[in-house]
Amino acid sequence: MLMKKRDKRVLTAISLLALFLLLWWAEGHLDPYIRRILNLIAINIIWAVTFNLIYGYTGQFSLGHGGFIAIGAYVTALLTLSPAQKEQNFFLLPCAWPLNSVQWPFVPSLIMATLLAGVFGILIGIPSLQLHGDYMALVTLAFNEVIRVINMNLQSITNGSLGLKGIPAYTNLLWSYGCAILTIFIVWKLGNSSYGRAFKAIREDEVAAETIGISAFYHKLMAFTIAAMFAGLGGGLYANLVSTIDPNLFSFLLSYQVVTIVVLGGVGSITGSVLASILYVSLFELLRPIDQPITLGIGVTIPGRPGMRMVIFSVIFLLVILFYRRGLMGTNEFSWEWLLLKVQPIKRMMLWGIRRGKETNDGSKGE
Amino acid sequence: MSLNMFLQHLANGLSLGGLYALIAIGYTMIYGVLRLINFAHGDVFMMGAYIAFYGVAIFSLPWYASFILSIVLSAILGMIVERVAYRPLRDVPRISALISTIGVSLLLENVGVVVFGGRPKAFPRPPLFNQEWNLGGVRVLSLTFFIIMASLALLIAVFYLVYRTKMGRAMRAVAWDFETAKLMGININQVISFTFAMGSALAAAGAIMWSMKYPQLLPLMGVIPGLKCFIAAVIGGIGSIPGAVLGGFLLGIGEIMVVAFLPELANFKYAFAFLALILILLLKPRGLLGKEMGEKA
Repeated sequence: MLMKKRDKRVLTAISLLALFLLLWWAEGHLDPYIRRILNLIAINIIWAVTFNLIYGYTGQFSLGHGGFIAIGAYVTALLTLSPAQKEQNFFLLPCAWPLNSVQWPFVPSLIMATLLAGVFGILIGIPSLQLHGDYMALVTLAFNEVIRVINMNLQSITNGSLGLKGIPAYTNLLWSYGCAILTIFIVWKLGNSSYGRAFKAIREDEVAAETIGISAFYHKLMAFTIAAMFAGLGGGLYANLVSTIDPNLFSFLLSYQVVTIVVLGGVGSITGSVLASILYVSLFELLRPIDQPITLGIGVTIPGRPGMRMVIFSVIFLLVILFYRRGLMGTNEFSWEWLLLKVQPIKRMMLWGIRRGKETNDGSKGE
Repeated sequence: MSLNMFLQHLANGLSLGGLYALIAIGYTMIYGVLRLINFAHGDVFMMGAYIAFYGVAIFSLPWYASFILSIVLSAILGMIVERVAYRPLRDVPRISALISTIGVSLLLENVGVVVFGGRPKAFPRPPLFNQEWNLGGVRVLSLTFFIIMASLALLIAVFYLVYRTKMGRAMRAVAWDFETAKLMGININQVISFTFAMGSALAAAGAIMWSMKYPQLLPLMGVIPGLKCFIAAVIGGIGSIPGAVLGGFLLGIGEIMVVAFLPELANFKYAFAFLALILILLLKPRGLLGKEMGEKA
């Protein structure tokens, strides 16, 4: 079934509006715990979708996402903290000069985080993208660790391993989902543009892509930089959500988490990344009881083991990689046609029900 | 800096380098036969350290028995990992296998957290390794001396195994050309299993000595040494066993010397290895002793 472009646009606009009304309601009515989880879902969506841009679309396996997230998080944290709070935070060494007296509003800080992460994306991308496959993975992982080590040791700028506390909690549902939808929109548009087709050509065969005149390096760098920028944006939102950050939050384990989400969702599918983010974050919370002791009936207690959740996640991750490499969505994407095709039987049933209802109504009238 | 001081740092560097070399060989051999970076190698290393610890601390075995047990169990663990997580992925794009090694790494780390607990454990150092020796004016811990000797012995054993035995020849054949080796009647699966067993056993041996040198056991302890040793393997030329040894010693000695000569950079010690990696890959991507290697499709 083909739909008119205009119809699809209307449907999208309506559902976005509905989503934002729902979020607006949620912001005022749901308790902070649920809101925190919903925010985390949106932030993970940003990270996963951007990772999909480098790995899923362009085929470059980068393990440096955590580093860009760290840059974004530190930039917004340092810009939004008030000078007084900075003085409290930096008790080992005073905060370096321009930073100790500035305090920016949220939006400019986020923009700054995005831009700076992009600059680092270019700087790291230029050397890393000379390499291929697993070497590239390794070098980006190395950069991730270098960024972590630098964050640990620049005492007067990042406050080292003490981390930063008391970051104003500006992030709310509207911000996080707004940014997530912006990210999805840009990655989606990019994926369907001539750039996106060039990315996919490079993924399939870099040499062949070069022979038909696609500059592989330029396009890879572009995908890498855009992904880094939005990873930074997600990092900024994250810092202003959790309000306490330290360098070890953004280790390679965070990069692995992003990889896990993308692999679960299906490499190359934005829809898959979104669904997998929702699944990952909510399962992570739902499985929380596993870490605590469980009492089975009379006297039998399974002692709680903190970390059990992560074991389950790693097993799921391995099972997906080994037996179901397509992930949730493969490379398929959500589309209105697909949805309407799925609801077709329901619609038919409803129509049938209405007809039946009419008939009986008519019948009753006739009597 | 006096000559004695320098020799002392050199001894430290050699012992660290020997450990790096042992672990780097595991990476380089596995990369040689499968063209795969085994991200889980560092976690096999961690498991080896914990097994040795539990052997001594819980089952109160004598230390040498516990060490041998740890090496044997780690070799078996390596074989199981290969059988379960890598063998089914041999015919799919390589990056899937790479992701699978990340999965195994995550699994082993998290199992480590659950089973061993997140709190650091202190590795008991046998008294034999705790003496201070004076070798011609250079004061070294007996452990440092033993580590250098044991690594050298193990390295010689590895070279003998790889270059003088039938299995070693089969390994080199598989690394050279997987398909042709198969056609020549080499039992590929057996060779790969053996490679994993050997790499993991070396990792466990390295882990035991490592945890006597730095006696703090953590479930994530394998990650940084694992990464550094992979870097050592890349510096030397991945796939080349002499290269791994060279890279290991260069990295170990370099790291100690950087800290010794520029103490203000001590905190950036970790970054040193990564910067070395980035430089070597950009300037000489095949490493110091590496040859051009075909990528397995």
